[in-house]
Formats: sequence, C-alpha cells, structure tokens
Amino acid sequence: MDPRYEAVIGLEIHVQLLTASKIFSAAATRYGAEPNRQVSFVDAALPGTLPVLNREAVTAAIRFGLAVGGKIARSSRFARKHYFYPDLPKGYQISQYDQPIISGGGLTIRTDRGEKRIRLIRAHLEEDAGKSLHEDFHGMSGIDLNRAGTPLLEIVTAPDLSTPTEAALFARALHTLVRWIGICDGNLQEGSFRIDANVSVRPRGETRLGTRREIKNLNSFRFLEQAIAYEIDWQIEALTAGQTIEQATVLFDPHRGETRVMRSKEEAHDYRYFPDPDLLPLIIDEEWIEVERCQLPELPDALRARLIADHALPEADAHLLTSDKGLADFYLAAVACTGVSHAKSCANWLLVEILGRLHKENRSITEAPLTPQQLADLVLRIADGTISSAAGKRLLAAWWSGDPRSVDSLIADLDLAQMRDTALIDRLVAEAIAAHPKAVAEYRAGKEKALNTLVGAVMKASQGKANPQEVRDRLLAALIAEDSSPPLS
Amino acid sequence: MTLDADALDHLAHLARLALTPQERERMAEELVAVFTLLDRLAAVSTDGVEPMAHPLATMQPLRADIVAESDCRDALLALAPAAEAGLYLVPKVIE
Amino acid sequence: MTPLSSLSELLAALAQGKATAQSLVACAHARAKALQPTLNAFISLAEPEQSAAAARRADQRRAHGVEAPLLGIPIAHKDLFVTTDLPTTAASRMLLGYRSPFDATVVERLAAAGAIAIGKTNLDEFAMGSGNEHSFFGPARNPWDPTRVPGGSSGGSAAAVAAAIVPAATGTDTGGSVRQPAAHCGITGLKPTYGRVSRYGIIAYASSLDQAGLFARSAWDIALLLRQIAGHDPRDSTSVDCPVPDYPAILATLPPPRDRPLVGWRIGIVPSFLAADGVQSDILAALEAARRTYEQLGAAIVECTLPAAELAIPAYYIIAPAEASSNLARYDGVRYGHRTERYDDLFAMYCQSRAEGFGWEVKRRILIGTFVLSHGYYDAYYRKAQQVRRLVTDGYRSALEQCDLLLTPVTATTAWPIGAKANPVEEYLADLFTIGPSLAGLPALAHPIGFDAAGLPIGAQIIGRPFDEARLLAAAHIYQQATDWHRALPPLAHL
Repeated sequence: MDPRYEAVIGLEIHVQLLTASKIFSAAATRYGAEPNRQVSFVDAALPGTLPVLNREAVTAAIRFGLAVGGKIARSSRFARKHYFYPDLPKGYQISQYDQPIISGGGLTIRTDRGEKRIRLIRAHLEEDAGKSLHEDFHGMSGIDLNRAGTPLLEIVTAPDLSTPTEAALFARALHTLVRWIGICDGNLQEGSFRIDANVSVRPRGETRLGTRREIKNLNSFRFLEQAIAYEIDWQIEALTAGQTIEQATVLFDPHRGETRVMRSKEEAHDYRYFPDPDLLPLIIDEEWIEVERCQLPELPDALRARLIADHALPEADAHLLTSDKGLADFYLAAVACTGVSHAKSCANWLLVEILGRLHKENRSITEAPLTPQQLADLVLRIADGTISSAAGKRLLAAWWSGDPRSVDSLIADLDLAQMRDTALIDRLVAEAIAAHPKAVAEYRAGKEKALNTLVGAVMKASQGKANPQEVRDRLLAALIAEDSSPPLS
Repeated sequence: MTLDADALDHLAHLARLALTPQERERMAEELVAVFTLLDRLAAVSTDGVEPMAHPLATMQPLRADIVAESDCRDALLALAPAAEAGLYLVPKVIE
Repeated sequence: MTPLSSLSELLAALAQGKATAQSLVACAHARAKALQPTLNAFISLAEPEQSAAAARRADQRRAHGVEAPLLGIPIAHKDLFVTTDLPTTAASRMLLGYRSPFDATVVERLAAAGAIAIGKTNLDEFAMGSGNEHSFFGPARNPWDPTRVPGGSSGGSAAAVAAAIVPAATGTDTGGSVRQPAAHCGITGLKPTYGRVSRYGIIAYASSLDQAGLFARSAWDIALLLRQIAGHDPRDSTSVDCPVPDYPAILATLPPPRDRPLVGWRIGIVPSFLAADGVQSDILAALEAARRTYEQLGAAIVECTLPAAELAIPAYYIIAPAEASSNLARYDGVRYGHRTERYDDLFAMYCQSRAEGFGWEVKRRILIGTFVLSHGYYDAYYRKAQQVRRLVTDGYRSALEQCDLLLTPVTATTAWPIGAKANPVEEYLADLFTIGPSLAGLPALAHPIGFDAAGLPIGAQIIGRPFDEARLLAAAHIYQQATDWHRALPPLAHL
C-alpha cells in the first residue's frame, strides 16, 4: 500500500439470530430444508397476512447490546424498506431505520500495535429475504423463500478500521462474541454471519472521507481481508492515476481475487422508508434488560483478563481459550476440579492434546469424547507423580476411544503407574551406563545431548514407568560419582 | 407540485407500473390536480408537533418463539403463476 | 319474494321454529341472484348446494340444542376479507381467481358464531374509492336508485343489506368506507375503534387506518355482530387486548325512550361542519331534526370546535396512498395473482403485470404514495401529514372531553349518479366528515335519519371515544327505538 494514502474501513455485518421460528411468523428457521417447505402464509406475503414479532429475536438484540456496552432503546420501531426483488415477498423488508434497538457500544481488537477500540454505530433487527436460485429452469430463475423472515441483527461499525488485518480481527472478535452470548451459530458457509465492507481511501493527513465503495456479502474472514486489500490498492491506483472514485456497490470474486461493480450510485435505490403501520413501537422495560444482564455469561475480554491475572496463564493461552465459548467452558470446568494451581497444566493439555485431536477429526470442543472432569483427573495424577506425561497420553487415548473406566482403574488395569523403586532405577541406570559407553564418552566430552540417549535407554528398560526427570537426576548423580572415583590402575 | 415527464417516469419506475403515453399524460394531469389539494398542508404550522405514525399509543405485543406452522408448500405453489421443482419461477434474475 | 327481515327478527323466528336456516339461506340466495343484474352487489356467490348444506347443518345443530349466537343467519362478506370457501378478488383483476388458503379472523369468528356466508360483495378495487365505481366487476348500484352509487368502498355490502338480501354484512372502513355507504343506502354501519377488531385476513389498503366494520338494519343488530368479531387476535399486532363488553346485554338494560334515557349525556355538534361548503340543505335539515330527537331523548347538546378538521382530507390522501403503495407492492406476479404474458425480462414482468392487474384509481394512489415517500419529499408530505394527523386527532380528542359523542353529517350530499364525479379531487373532498375519526382511530357509527327531496336516504354520524362502541350503539339504539327511519326499505326490496 502506498504510504501516502490511508484507508478508512467500516463494516456492516448481518448476524442471523438463533431462534426456532422466524422473526414475524411461526415458521421454522432450520437451515437446509427442501425449498419452500418452511414458508408460512405470512412469509409468502399472502393477501391479508400480518407480522407478529418474535420475542426471542428481541432478547438476542438486548443481549448483544449489553455485551457491547451499547444503548438499548426503551422504545424502538420497525420501518418498511421498499424494493422489488423476487425473493422479497412483500416488496419491502421490515427493518429498523430511524429508531434502532441498539445504538453505540464497541469492541476491542488486539493488533500488533496494541489494543484498538472499534466503535459501533448501531445494531438493528430486520428480516432476511429468500434466495434466488440461478440454475436454469428453461430460461427462468427459481425462488426459495425458506430463508425469508429469518431474524437478522445488522451491526454497523464506525469507520474506525484502517487495515484489512484490523477488519478481519474485528470480524473475528465479533464472530466470537455473538457465538459466545448464544445469539448466532456463526456458520459462515450457511450465511449466518455475512459481512459487507465500506472502503474508502484518502491522502494521509486529509480529514475528510474519500468516496466509499461497498463490498457486499463476504462470507469468510480470508475473503474479507483479500477483498479489502484489493479494493484499497485499486482505489489508490485510481486516485494516483488522477481518476475520481465513484460511489458503488461491488462484489468480490474470490477466484480472480478482485472486486467488480454490481451497482453504481445512479442506480441506487430509493427505499422509501416509513414506520411499519402493522407494528407498534417496541417497548423494552428495565426489568427485561436486568433479566438478560443477569443471564449474560462472563464476556471474552473479561475472562481473558482474569485468566492472565488469576490463572497466571500466558496471554497467548488466554487468548486462545477465550476464542470460543465451548473451549472456555471446558477449561473452566476442568480448573474448577483441579484448582487454579493446575491451571497452566489444564490449559496445555486442552490446547495441545485435546484440540490437536479435535482438529484432526474436524470436530468442535462440544463434541469432544472427554469430560472436563477426566481432563482434571489426568492433570492431577501427573501432578502428584502417579503417572508420567507419556502415561497421561495413553489415558487420554483410552478415554478418547470411549473407555468408560475411571482414572484409577485405568492406571491400574493398564499398569500406568510410575516406578517408585529408587534401587531398581539405580540398577537400570548402572546398566544403561555400562551398555552405552559411547554415549557416556560423548557426554563427558561435553555433548549434553548424549544424556538423552541414556535417559531413553532407562525409560525403555522401565517400560515407560520411570519418571523421566527422576531418571535424569539419577543418571547425572551416577555419572558424577563415576567421575570422582579414582582411576583403576 | 410540478410533475415533468421524467419525474413521472421515475415514479412509475419505482412503483413498477407500465404506463402508455396517453396514460402518462392523463396521469400527470390528475396527479397535479390531486397535489393542489395535498399541498394545502404546506401552509399549516406544525413546528414541534410530534408526527403520529399510528392511532394506537400502546406497545407491540410479542410472540413466543415457537414453531407453529407446518409445511404448506403445495397450497402456496398452487397459487403461483409459475412453479416447478418446489420453486417459484420468475424471469431470469441477473445478479 | 318477500324481503328478508332484520337480523334480530330472523333470530327470533329461528328460535321459535318459524323459520329454518335452510329457508333463510335459500331466500337470501334467490334474492341475491334476482337483484344481481340491478345492483351488481356481489362479486361471487356460493354454490346453492354449498350454502344449502351449511344451512342444513345449522338446522341440525339447532335441533340438537346447539346454541350459537348467529346460528343459521345468512350474511355476506366484503370481497376484501379472504375466504377459503369463496374466491377473494378485492374487486381487482390482479386477484382474479385467487383462492385464499386461510380465512380472515372476522370470517372465522362469524362462522364460529353460526353465520353462513352466501357470497362476497362488490367494492372499490382494493377499497380505494367512495362510490364503488372503481371495481373491476363494474359499479355496484344503490337500491334506492340504481342509477346512483351505493357509496364506497363497501358499496356491495351496503346495497345487499339495504335491499334485504342479507340481514347483515361485513365491510371495512379506512376513511369512511362503511359509514358513507351505510348513509347512502339508509342502513346502520359501524366502524369500530382502530384495534377493536382483527385486521388479519383483510386485504390491506392503509394499515394504520383500516378497520373491519359492520352493516345491519339497526344498532341492536350491529351490537349482536360486534360482540362476535371484536377482541384481540394474536395474529394482528395492532388488535388491542382489552375486554369486549356484552353489547346486546348493555342495550337490553337501557330504559325506554319515554324515560329520556339520554339524560346526563352530552352530545356535541360541530357548527363549522354544518357551515361547510356544499352541504345539501336536506341533509342539514335532517341532521337538525336528529339533533332535536336526541335532545328530546334527554341528551344535552354542546357546541364543539374541531379546528384542524378540514386538514384531514389532504393528510388522509397522503397517508393512505403512502401505505397503499407499500401494501400493494406484494402484487408482483411472482407468488399469486395476475402475471402478464407480455414480458422480456423480470422488470418488464413486474411493470406489465401490475399495469394490467391494477385499475386506474389504484395506480393513481400507488403513484401518489410512492411520491410522498420518495427521497426528498418525505418530510414535506408524509411527515407533515403525520403531524397534521396528530393535530386532527388532538382536535377530536379534546372535543370528546367536552361531550360524550359527536353528532355530524356522514356526507355532504346524498348518493350521486354513477359517473357524476369525473375528477378525483371532487371524490376525495366528499370524505370530509368521515376521514377525521379515521385518522384519529375513533369509533363512529352511521344511522339513517331521513330522506332528501329525491327520496334518497340521509345518515348521521356519531363519533365516540376510543373503545367506547357501547355508547355509540346505545345512543343509536335509543334513537332507533324512538324513530322509524331505519325500518324503511327501498321499493326494489319488495321483489
């Protein structure tokens, strides 16, 4: 990017709310049903039908408002946004316009250069449209209205983002948050989290905003980053070539890695918003907000800070653990069993061993075949020296494959307990020294690593049951003792 | 209110109404006459008057989040001018 | 063929075994058919076997001791209420052949009360009009003079009740569409408070104004019907959840006229209305007589002012078309309704389908509404009209603090000859007296109070406080016990 310019980026994100029924009708919102099987008379806008607002959609908006520290309007209202499109049955979308349910608030992102607060302008409730299917039906398009009426929360940021990376960081943080508070499943492929980006550039130092172009419908964080990067370069190139930027709506083509114009300003809609006369003002009282406030979980930022301060976790671990509610819940449940003094160990096992296995199997933490209690048992048995880490991995493998036995039964049945017989270990150490003269010579010559060969040999001889640290200590003691004995001749 | 041909065309476009040239002429005349009536409001002082969107001053009732509708696709598509494979059919939608 | 009696007379005859539902329904059916060429009151009629079967079931239920308040009574619905048994057109080519897969709440409730719908009545297309002249099926006609309009938009329902085809019919009232045809046809019509009756299943014209209404031959009969259709409906967010009084029981306890039952009631009159331009002298005279009657019945008359009342017309003709332009956007030829055969692409399909499907008046209102909501004009028109709506409403509300009811004309003239109102502005101005209560959402009732020199009926409008339909019905009932205007039938009713 040309250093003489800077980019100004704002995002608009459509979050599909996790309700059982639609925002204004009692039809189901389940994804993936056969076309038009989840369409009520209201959704199809049959003559005479009227909307009735789903309470749960409002609850979701309240939760979001609380989570981002926004202002929850005690009175908000719905408006009609008019345009003709075959997937929009009423010829208007019920949305909110001049009185959104949430205004203000913000979200903090962590960049290489430190924390940055991204302000939110508003978040409002609206209904989704259906889908146009562009396969060819003898020159016609097909319309599926299953999605029509699905509740959305449209979240609009202030133009506080300056780079594609920041935009992606923000989108990810928001994505984490909406799943964290349980209002969205966050499934990007299914369109549960759709991002539009408003991008403009201006000469560094200029205070007025440049003309913006809006990139529509980005459904991955990677595409978001790529599309904004492309768009910034394109706009700077245009400006340096002396052209002016025209306001436009563009689409990102991931195959070609570029944006193309979908609609210019001349074709811009005149949406003719006005208050929906079928819906009265939405009144939210203090009591309702308090109920939601009490039920809101500890938020990622607060938990992250607590994990660093109270659990003494490294920032990286705390960050990773708070990227997903399920992961955090699993971790906290395990630590609740072990006590905070074993927090680091719980985090290590969870983030390395368990997540590793889950990633390999493409499963989420909620699908882990292991309970937080089992993780805690494992961590405690290692900590008290009953088993080695290696044995811990065997325990984990057993539980992973569905073994129902308790930690102690498994240790006994699989003979995983660590060797505590010092005399036996000393004997094995002496045997190893005798059997590996080359390693001993190398060690004495100053090659520290050669010790590992000897440790390995003792561990093997103990069938993995010796404590590696103890073996190492005894080996060193033995080698020093040999050193100090007088030469034979 | 004045209404030139472009303005009327724009309105007809927004409202998706085709008008023949004769209809356009007659419509323009009638709209100008109607707006002579509507423009009477311009002279009314309404400073500080809160717009009234609705006769009811009550709040919106809310519905419990319960799925209470079953599949009625056949009934819906039976009403459609063109349908196939469970879909409404329309002239090609260009994205 | 003798005219069908009033609703309460028919109920009595059924209860006493002097009539059967089958005979009543057959009679209503035959009268509807016989008068159709003259009145064009119906857009569709049930198949005779269909309604006969329903009547037979009603008679069986009665024989088995089943009690339902309207069991076996033939009625008609304005063809703006969606019905599963009969087609629903809104008098538009757009919905020709449309069959709703569900019933309007009002239709459902009247059916549950035992009423039998024999047909769907004519109206102005999508309820847009004051004379029932803007119907795809041709104008409905006034039973008192078939060369004249029955009023609109619920003209067919008013004509059918006035001609004693059915004892009662539903209507809808947005700016006067029940009260005005009731007045023109010499019957009683009620527009309840906005929110009193569910709008679910009423094809929307202007959602913040539309309200289901009723036609019958007396306030008493309206009370019986309102009791059945009023009340909260979870499918309509604007239907209000407040108790529905037992209207017939309230009327039954009123003292007789000789006891001056209206003592203590204050009835307001609006001198500026009576002095308005173009109010027919016969109407002024009839209204004066009605005022005296109310006075004789005990009411105190107070003079009220409605300062912003004349602004109601321009405000209404901004708000109603704005909402209509939005409500009618769904008619796009995609999911139901008319689709043109002449199109090259999606845009042309929209424009041409709507051009072919909608009539002229509808198109004009859609364009007016589109304009007043469009970018750059919203504040000057739509927002301004909403502010004026508040001024008008405040005027009515404060007048109703000084009195219990307002007594006004319904119309400035009696029914006009079909085709006489050539320009839209003239037609719009005719709504002066009915539009105010619509903007304010107030309940209002029209009842007959006499005839003009040409023998055409004249009505009076009484306007009440929100949700105070009981008082309107009581006043009209007392008036009707003391007078006979509501008993008059057009000669044509005696086939």
